[in-house]
Amino acid sequence: MFKPTTRHNIPASSDPRLEVKLNKRASGVGSSGRWPYRLNFYDRPPTLDITLEEFETCAISRLRVLSHIESLSHRSLPYAQLSAAISTYLKQHLPLASNTARNVNTDEERRRDEIGHWVLRLAFCRSPDLRSRFVRSETSLFRHRFETDDVSERSAFLRSLQLDWQQVDESEKAMYADQLKGCMAWGSKEDAFRAETWFKVPWYNVPDLVGSRRVFIRGGMAYVPQSQQISLVLQAFSARLEKALELTAKNLPRLDEDERLGPVIDHLAASFLSGLGAAEYQSSENSSGSVVTADMVDDVARKHFPPCMRNVYERLKKDHHLKHFGRLQLVLFLKGIGLPLDEAIPFWRKMYGASMSDDKFNKEYKYNIRHSYGQEGRRANYPPKSSPPSPESSQLVYSRSTRGLHLDPSIRVSSVESRFPSLESRAIVSLFKSFGNLRRIADPSVDPTLTPLPLRSCQQILTQNQPGTQDSHGCPFRHFSPDNLQSFLLSSYPQLERSSPEMRDIMDSVKSAHYHVACTRVFEVTHGLKKGDGLGKDAESVSHPNKYTDRSRELEREKLDALKPKEEADDLMQG
Amino acid sequence: MPVAVKDEVMMDYDPSSPQVMNAFYRRLFPPAKLFTHREFAFTLAGDIYIRYNSFHSADDFKKEVLRLNPSRFEIGPQYSARPRDRKTLATGALQPQRRELVFDIDMTDYDEIRTCCSDKKICRRCWGYIAAAVKVLDHTLRETFGFRHLLWVYSGRRGIHCWISDAAALDLNDDQRKSLVTFLEVVKGSSQQAKKVNVRGGRDDAELHPVLKESLDVLKPEFVRVCLRDQDCFKTERQWEALLSLLPQDREVSSALRSQWQSQPDLSSEERWLDLVSAVGELKKNGKTALFHKYEKAMEDVILQYTYPRIDAEVSKHRNHLLKSPFVVHPGTGRVCVPVNPALAEEFDPETVPTVGELLHELNGIPAESEETKGRKMEDYEHTALKPYVDMFVKHVAAVLRDARMSRKSVIKEENTDF
Repeated sequence: MFKPTTRHNIPASSDPRLEVKLNKRASGVGSSGRWPYRLNFYDRPPTLDITLEEFETCAISRLRVLSHIESLSHRSLPYAQLSAAISTYLKQHLPLASNTARNVNTDEERRRDEIGHWVLRLAFCRSPDLRSRFVRSETSLFRHRFETDDVSERSAFLRSLQLDWQQVDESEKAMYADQLKGCMAWGSKEDAFRAETWFKVPWYNVPDLVGSRRVFIRGGMAYVPQSQQISLVLQAFSARLEKALELTAKNLPRLDEDERLGPVIDHLAASFLSGLGAAEYQSSENSSGSVVTADMVDDVARKHFPPCMRNVYERLKKDHHLKHFGRLQLVLFLKGIGLPLDEAIPFWRKMYGASMSDDKFNKEYKYNIRHSYGQEGRRANYPPKSSPPSPESSQLVYSRSTRGLHLDPSIRVSSVESRFPSLESRAIVSLFKSFGNLRRIADPSVDPTLTPLPLRSCQQILTQNQPGTQDSHGCPFRHFSPDNLQSFLLSSYPQLERSSPEMRDIMDSVKSAHYHVACTRVFEVTHGLKKGDGLGKDAESVSHPNKYTDRSRELEREKLDALKPKEEADDLMQG
Repeated sequence: MPVAVKDEVMMDYDPSSPQVMNAFYRRLFPPAKLFTHREFAFTLAGDIYIRYNSFHSADDFKKEVLRLNPSRFEIGPQYSARPRDRKTLATGALQPQRRELVFDIDMTDYDEIRTCCSDKKICRRCWGYIAAAVKVLDHTLRETFGFRHLLWVYSGRRGIHCWISDAAALDLNDDQRKSLVTFLEVVKGSSQQAKKVNVRGGRDDAELHPVLKESLDVLKPEFVRVCLRDQDCFKTERQWEALLSLLPQDREVSSALRSQWQSQPDLSSEERWLDLVSAVGELKKNGKTALFHKYEKAMEDVILQYTYPRIDAEVSKHRNHLLKSPFVVHPGTGRVCVPVNPALAEEFDPETVPTVGELLHELNGIPAESEETKGRKMEDYEHTALKPYVDMFVKHVAAVLRDARMSRKSVIKEENTDF
């Protein structure tokens, strides 16, 4: 039987049941009331009665979504895949239908969406770090909804915002015709150009478009085509949210006490922080058990270093010098493989060689090494062996049972409105005052005075501190030209052959910008693994140089262990 | 205490000597108004580094400078609180807020393309690169980004700094700074990458961004002047091989040029470049338009790679980055970090910049009665070669202040000044 794919194709009168629903909704609060649109800039605080139960559950589902989005965005997925992944997750945890959706209670959805957002604002306004992460994930969420929104509804929403963008008039458009065409992605098609309209905004309002050179700029104004409007909207969204969060943070201490909400809010923030663990490397128990000494580094480098570290290490050996970021990359990595501080200093001393005086070394370099080990400056360090958070805590798990708090859901917090936005009024939270260090709550085993200077992950090596013209740090797959990469790989890994199918695989992955795939392939080839084995455990791919080395050393140990019983058996046979 | 320097030859004014620096700060360093929340970092003799200093007033600052007598000092951002109080503040309460947008261009980044000097050295000839960089960056920052208060400052040895003090520039956050720098960063890539200019969005025959096209027009004559004539960048085989490696590898064009150049080792860079131009011109005549376009774009990229400003991106991206203050003496060379007029950047000769020794020497020669003649007490600097530079700086500061007064809509508690 024929089934229409979109519901609004059905004439409203054709189905009496739908009719009833429609009427019911129209008679209720109505989507034309508080939430006329699916999208929301969260400008007006919720003026609603909210139960404690709702207060908590709405916030938790939103928190789940945000931290899922955050971890997805770290995985550098292709756009379509990312968007599909977010869609599926959202449908499950925080559905939000458009006005055209029929048998959905859109009001209830929008209400939950809004409450969740405002509760999380309270939880996340407290430190600049939390604020910026909250703004980033909220903006991604908004972006996703904006992009998937119904076109007409979206434009109605935009009109309602009344953003004051200055439209570029015809004479100005004609004046800069060549320049504007030059910035259009689809080339200089005449009719496309004529149909397009431009807005003029200060360039710093659209940093992403400026950074990628997608707009024309003149006299401090960026000329943003209608098709890039989303950048403007997102900028407006995140700017407003940022400002609002700062205001909330300022007013927070003035809140009076309410013992019921404080713990909830505290725990929300703490959960988000511990969710961060997923992206961070934790040295595994058995690798941290084996200490590497200064003399062993060379041997370990030859057998177990990933290409990026191999490269900086070889450079250091050759030049007896590394630029700052190269040093940082290697120092932290070595720390991660178990080179203790008192071995690191002789190691670096030796590497710098005789060309550097002891005095210069002690003055200029020793400090930095000690700093990386958390012995200087703000002493930023996680000692490599400190109890690594359990794997469960590294994904966001909000478990109500661990909270040890009993809120009676039947207690109604009346008119939360009065406390949310105009935070001067009555109060919610008592614990904010005694609230000290979020991290202490997140992981009590970690000394709260130490802030982490985590080991560099692939993500960081790939995207932060791009190597300058004289630098040698970075990821060889990303920062070498193909020819240089190939000869580097050939000289460093004798297992690889020029014009072998493996090499072709690697170079293809590099060409399509899948650097971690290329690196994983190198690992497979050099460790005698099949294609697709990954790091040998759950077909994981390389996401952290230390993981590469840990797995490599583990594999070696496994091999040795496998040999040992055999030798013993041989001995027995002979005996 | 009188100036404790001997009244002999200039060589005796060693910039690393404390007395010399003390005399310099006491008598020559131009006064500047300050933010109370602004960070100053001092480097003392023996590489002792003191960060997070801040001061109530210019007098306070001067007193402290005279007391500590640093060999150099650097300026950081204006923080949300007074940096000197940082130990008593809650964690995270000290956040960088406003800061001039700064750029740093250093000659070491040009080592692979300059032929006259390398490493720490600099001469009039390699200054040509800096002059070209100043020209194009100054143009872009003013015309494209609409900044008006740019102060270019010689860094004392082999580079140049730019301080932008427009209110809009001061307020930029780190993200916005980063995007601006990414926009301006054209020459990128590590030492392992031959072609460092990739600005056509993946397609190597796409058009340049209009703003870059503008820069290219500014740079073309500079390329001829600096790279082809003065530096002779494609003279040796290694050099012109580097050039060929940046172009499409077409057998007819590149290989022909290669064998032609191998047989003529004495050709100048300009002649080689003209060879290339005519060979590429042939392509067009022969109707090989696609290949012609590829070569044409690649040659544009070569010009960018050899002349476009190589800025140190990290300095500009973060508000909390420290940058050496103008008018500080470079501890290695003794030269004062003087402002440079961007319009006359080509004529600027780093070797004629006054050193601290020369200045103090000039001071010792002032006739005592000249102070009375004009009815007003002349500042010490006005007797020295520093005067035109200080005047330039004062003019810049005045312009910034005038602008700030005009648009003082938001409440700024501190005295707003440049510096």
